[in-house]
Amino acid sequence: MEKERLVLIGNGMAGIRTIEEILKRDPNRFQITVFGKEPHPNYNRIALSSVLQGDSSVDDIILNDYEWYEKNGIELYTGDPVVKVDKRRKKIHSKNGIVCEYDHLIFATGSNPFMLPLPGADKEGVIAFRDIKDCETMIETSKHYKKAAVIGGGLLGLEAARGLLNLNMETEVIHIFDYLMERQLDAPASDMLRRDLEEQGMRFHMNKQTEMIKGHDRVEGLKFKDGSFLEADLVVMAVGIKPNIELASDTGLKTERAIVVNDFMETSAKDIYAVGECAEHNGIAYGLVAPLYEQGKVLADHICSKETEGYHGSLMYTKLKVSGVDLFSAGQFQDEEDTRAIRVHDEFEGIYKKVVVKDNKVVGSVLYGDTSDSPRLLDMMKKGQDISNMNKAVILPSEDENSSGESPVVSMADDEQICDCNGVCKGEIVEAINNDGLSTVADITKHTNAGRSCGGCKPLVSDLLSATLGDEAVSNQKEPMCGCTDLSHDEVSEAIKEKQLSFTREVMNVLGWESEEGCSKCRPAINYYLGLNKPEEYEDDHTSRFINERVHANIQNDGTYSVVPRMYGGVTDPDQLRKIADTADKYEVPMLKVTGGQRIDMLGVNKEDLPSIWKDLGMNSGYAYAKSIRTVKTCVGEDFCRFGTQDSIGMGIQIEKKFERLNTPHKVKMAVSACPRNCAESGIKDIGIVGVEGAWEMYVGGNGGVDLRGGDLFCKVETGEELLDTMSAFLQYYREDARYLERTSHWVERVGLDHIRSVVLDDDEKRKQLIENMERALRARPKDPWTEVSENEAKQKELYEKKQLEVVQ
Amino acid sequence: MQSTKDEKQVMICHIDDLVEGVPKEVIVNGESIAVFKTNKGKVNALKNSCPHKEGPLSQGIVSGDHVFCPLHDWKISVETGVVEAPDEGCVKKFQTEVKNEAVYLVL
Repeated sequence: MEKERLVLIGNGMAGIRTIEEILKRDPNRFQITVFGKEPHPNYNRIALSSVLQGDSSVDDIILNDYEWYEKNGIELYTGDPVVKVDKRRKKIHSKNGIVCEYDHLIFATGSNPFMLPLPGADKEGVIAFRDIKDCETMIETSKHYKKAAVIGGGLLGLEAARGLLNLNMETEVIHIFDYLMERQLDAPASDMLRRDLEEQGMRFHMNKQTEMIKGHDRVEGLKFKDGSFLEADLVVMAVGIKPNIELASDTGLKTERAIVVNDFMETSAKDIYAVGECAEHNGIAYGLVAPLYEQGKVLADHICSKETEGYHGSLMYTKLKVSGVDLFSAGQFQDEEDTRAIRVHDEFEGIYKKVVVKDNKVVGSVLYGDTSDSPRLLDMMKKGQDISNMNKAVILPSEDENSSGESPVVSMADDEQICDCNGVCKGEIVEAINNDGLSTVADITKHTNAGRSCGGCKPLVSDLLSATLGDEAVSNQKEPMCGCTDLSHDEVSEAIKEKQLSFTREVMNVLGWESEEGCSKCRPAINYYLGLNKPEEYEDDHTSRFINERVHANIQNDGTYSVVPRMYGGVTDPDQLRKIADTADKYEVPMLKVTGGQRIDMLGVNKEDLPSIWKDLGMNSGYAYAKSIRTVKTCVGEDFCRFGTQDSIGMGIQIEKKFERLNTPHKVKMAVSACPRNCAESGIKDIGIVGVEGAWEMYVGGNGGVDLRGGDLFCKVETGEELLDTMSAFLQYYREDARYLERTSHWVERVGLDHIRSVVLDDDEKRKQLIENMERALRARPKDPWTEVSENEAKQKELYEKKQLEVVQ
Repeated sequence: MQSTKDEKQVMICHIDDLVEGVPKEVIVNGESIAVFKTNKGKVNALKNSCPHKEGPLSQGIVSGDHVFCPLHDWKISVETGVVEAPDEGCVKKFQTEVKNEAVYLVL
């Protein structure tokens, strides 16, 4: 059967959300084509202010990238508005000449900024604040000019003004009324807002009407009706928006202020619908995101022939998205004869709360400075809850002095909305947290859409995450090992010890794994814990090892491998260098490089060549690919150096020979320097040794990688033997106590240096036990893997062979 | 180098040449293909290239019906080639057949 053809005019938030809703209901029913005027995929227009304020980049606010259109089989024409609709033949024509037939046509043409028809409004430097291009103009202008004037002290104007301040422009706001945001705020709240914004550096010209824009080609200033003049290099007009209905009225659709629609978003013409800012329902054209999304749902139901109650209007509410200002306004907030209000006004704290009540129901509210009660108030308004028996603390929980200061989400019911833009209830989020094992706000946004539009609900989502998982769970990161289990690393390793488990499969079985064979996160971890518990008996499961450890080389971005031979202490000799040079020539190794750990890296080797290269080299594996002891880097030391106090090279080699090939939770890098000048960089190693006159200092938990961390001085010992013992005990405790893939730096931070000292240094019994365990582990180490593989043909075939076949046609 | 004459099916190896949990790389007419044997003895074949950054899937960790790309740990079904969320994409899948312990690739 041929698909029904659906054409969407307008590639913005309302239209695309409608398409998303349709795809959710019936993914294969329509062949969808989208036309958009702007040269971008659908982006979050509400977040433009955060681009301007420098909190996001343009890429960050893209809601549906080009891949999304492709994946859903949607044909997208950007930068190509529809210019004509032929209702009779059911065809549209685009500016670039594309003709497209439709069975269903949706108008989602949004709004245009309202530009005051002032003399001079066409001069260079006079813009609106509506799209990405306007933002880019403002950012560009701020690099060359200093003075900005914003006409309009409403929501949009103030957001633009705040952005211009961030761009280091002197920002003047011109408002025709006495109060800012007069459509959302009453006088006291408006005064507080003005004071706060003045403190941030905005300057206001209230009760002023612009008469003309002065300048030659470019704007130079504004002249007001009262005769005064204001210099300006940039004028942003933010006096309002008007629905974009030109095409609709050309098409002959019924329009008033916007395109008139019924409860099912149907226009006056058959099979033509309108959603979003360009639609007028019951006399109201909405300019906020939540109503648009509600309309999108109704239209999707209707177009997919699903039963729907239709759209019955939305409650209007606003949050201002300006940094440092918390403001919320909803419904009927002005006092009238038949209304009463609850007011809280604290000028010291900068807090104002007003809840307007009519017939025992909350009908409107303004909150300033503390908006934490807004979800609760909105919900009461939507449900029309009777409040006659409620006291103030129930209506405004934040005013309850006896309250524990707990987040308002705790007392919310499951069907109360947290994300009003996307209509996501508390219950849905809690369910997603529990069922999908979510542990971050970002994950919740990805799974549920909550917080995806204006982002205003993110603090609530975060509170809900803590409330659901428990504060401790979130702060202590008691994270499950992976998606296959609810158990943490500690719990799994404890169970292996306690139940004396012996095989990967057994662990998953006994501990109730959700997936039969685990995943790339849990299997290597289980393999490690099993080997740790029974070093002598456990047979390593190489299929549970990451490819690098399975083939004993480092995979590179192009699928080739790198080979790093062992050079104890970073010391080499002519013989080794000759062998490396000859082998590199023979196998045409593309690059030789000296590593950070004082080794030579042969990069770009094909996997099938690995065994023979190792054989030709005749050197041991440097384990540069493994979660194990890596390298011991050394300085020149007392043999040659004028300042050396100790034999750092000798000690480094001794350490490397003792601990090489030992599995550890994560890689372990070490260094030995012979004086505090620290040429081997002992301060940023997992274990760094510094020789001083007559003693060795041992530093632990250093890291030169992602989380730069200087090592902590762990102890100072006098003899080499004592040093090796202490290192044994420390390393073994790290092996036994740390979680798989936890570097020493994180482990030391987590359990505390004092605790580790109390076990490794102060408790003789435990120290002795740790050293003994280490000796057992060292005895059970495998032989050099390179030698083993180059002598074992079966292994070579299993792991390194690449089969070449050619089909003869 | 081996060659076979069957027009539609190419014998790639004996079933025992495949090891559970260790995928095998086979190059057919210059195209690299990763062949997987699951613990239930089933054989699957995918193009040896992750849709993300072309990582060789034959080098990944295999768990049940999924392989994890060795470069950035994308999870891909060896049965369908579909990439698991939150990542997206699909790998080309090849039909396989096992007859008399010989593994054939259908081209």
